[in-house]
Amino acid sequence: MAGRLTLYIFLAPVLLWLFLLIVLPHIDLFFISLQAENDMGDMVWSLSNYEAFFTEKIYWLTFLRTAVYAILTTILTFLITFPIAFYITKVVSLRVSGFFTILLLVPFWVSELVRIYGWMILLRESGVFNHYLMQLGLIDKPIEMLYNDISMIMGLVYTSMLFMVVPLISSLEGLDDGLIEAAYDLGASKIVIIWKIVIPYIMPGITSGSIVVFMLTLGNYLTPNLMGGKNSLWFTEQIYNQFIASFNWNQGAAFGFLLLILSTLIIWIGLKVTRQNLSRALS
Amino acid sequence: MKFTGILTAAAILVATSGPALSAETLKILTWTGYAPKALIEKFEQQTGIKVEPTYSNNEEMIAKLRATRGSGFDLIQPSQDRISSVQEKYNIYQPIDYSKIESNQIITSMLKAVQKNTLVNGESYAVPFCYGTSGLVVNKKAAPNAKDYDALMDVNYKGRISYRLKRPTLIALAFSKGDDPFAKYSDVDAYTKLMEGIGEDLIATKGLVKNYYANGDALLELMRSGEVNVALAWDNGGWKLHDENPDIDFVAPASGALGWIDTFAIPSKAKNVDAAYKWINFMLKAENAAYFTNQEKYGTASKGADAFLEEKIRNNFSRSFTAADIDKINWYPPVPAKLESIEGKILDKVKASN
Repeated sequence: MAGRLTLYIFLAPVLLWLFLLIVLPHIDLFFISLQAENDMGDMVWSLSNYEAFFTEKIYWLTFLRTAVYAILTTILTFLITFPIAFYITKVVSLRVSGFFTILLLVPFWVSELVRIYGWMILLRESGVFNHYLMQLGLIDKPIEMLYNDISMIMGLVYTSMLFMVVPLISSLEGLDDGLIEAAYDLGASKIVIIWKIVIPYIMPGITSGSIVVFMLTLGNYLTPNLMGGKNSLWFTEQIYNQFIASFNWNQGAAFGFLLLILSTLIIWIGLKVTRQNLSRALS
Repeated sequence: MKFTGILTAAAILVATSGPALSAETLKILTWTGYAPKALIEKFEQQTGIKVEPTYSNNEEMIAKLRATRGSGFDLIQPSQDRISSVQEKYNIYQPIDYSKIESNQIITSMLKAVQKNTLVNGESYAVPFCYGTSGLVVNKKAAPNAKDYDALMDVNYKGRISYRLKRPTLIALAFSKGDDPFAKYSDVDAYTKLMEGIGEDLIATKGLVKNYYANGDALLELMRSGEVNVALAWDNGGWKLHDENPDIDFVAPASGALGWIDTFAIPSKAKNVDAAYKWINFMLKAENAAYFTNQEKYGTASKGADAFLEEKIRNNFSRSFTAADIDKINWYPPVPAKLESIEGKILDKVKASN
């Protein structure tokens, strides 16, 4: 009995936090999303906000674009961070690996905004890269490297790398080196070892890293806006526009819910396709 | 022992910080530059009231107050055209008690105009603070022929054009096509048709644009480095750049610059209304208003400020505006509700197009 009481006492702040700061506002948002202004200017119950998403091409196309780019970012982030994580945990000595991990963490002590501005200073037409390329005589006039989809994806990958590399490192640390050595003894090639031993073992780490990176990228506002420039309509920006520029909270709330539902759906499909289990990934 | 030590220290800390906490504060929601540090310090010395400014823009100011139903700030500074329809719909402001305003230090015609434009149910909601125009900021060496808004769609300046993807851009381009969007404010269908046409123009010429700048500072940086030569922007930005590089200047467009007036308004649930009135009167005092104008280069609504202005500032205005240009300024009338969502959708389409 006393044990259960202690449990409730310790659980109460968490539950209050969840309820007051997450569940309650969402209920409010849900009701807002179900209301719309009729021709007389009065608020009535209606599904028109949700309908608008599916009937207006621009809205669902923006969502599609955002989702595809978020998936692409997740894949690229994995491809870049996997060799790094492997190198840190399996190749270098223990002391150096701690040092490298800290090196990976350091940039994240600075806020995202500052990091993105850093990239902008490097890439802009009058920026650092162009300056040195001109001095070396490789180009005669500066190239605009900012404000396109490639620079935007690069920025997104950069901001989300840490969230992939940390789960990968912790999964890889659990992998017994003996397994890899045994596979070598039995004549397996490097590719077979990675594909048959390493990847299956760290799959839970990949899954949890991918979920975090995907969600963060899908919900990012700053990076697409600053680095993507004129073609970078991101779905979060559309929510912002509805709330702030158009004063249409109802439509914005509906978009918020659609983002929540559709992104959950994408993750669910992803888990099914790769035959992963959420509880195992998070354990 | 150690523990009591910490407790005593904490008690002393609370006791000493007590008076500071209980001192009056004035929370202002305003634009960057509208509450200069030197003036805040002067105000604090004179009245003992602590000023806490928060910087924002029209849309965010309104959204913030709407979310809190008019509380959280004691004074806000929206543009005059964004007051009456917002007040009718969301009731976030309170009427101004003009007997508390030292109206003899405000330019009479401007006060009258703002009172008229912010009139809702027989009461007015704002006091003018400063004014300015939007037009073209041009690097005259690189773009000598940029005289009207259509330069923003001119293929000669490919890759060297920038503007904000906001409503002033739509309105400016409508004027340059010889139309009058303000006259169509009351006719939703005609306005929608006009704006959709402008949206199509923007999509067709999107390839010429360098980027859509997010704030004034970002644009100044782009123009300084020569990455942008033609931009739709505020006059004070052009004048600031002119100080650094005489080739760059503000140009009043042939179809008329867009004139705006920013105001003081008091949120409906402001806590410290008295301090808000004190700040309004303080900011419009000739020498303080002149300090603001010398710093930020916006025109002021203060009557006597002219005498304290630097020569340079007066020249700015006469250099960019002839008498005819002044006559041509299109002042923003109050924005009716609903227009924002029409414009919002068009702007989204422009941004999403390739």
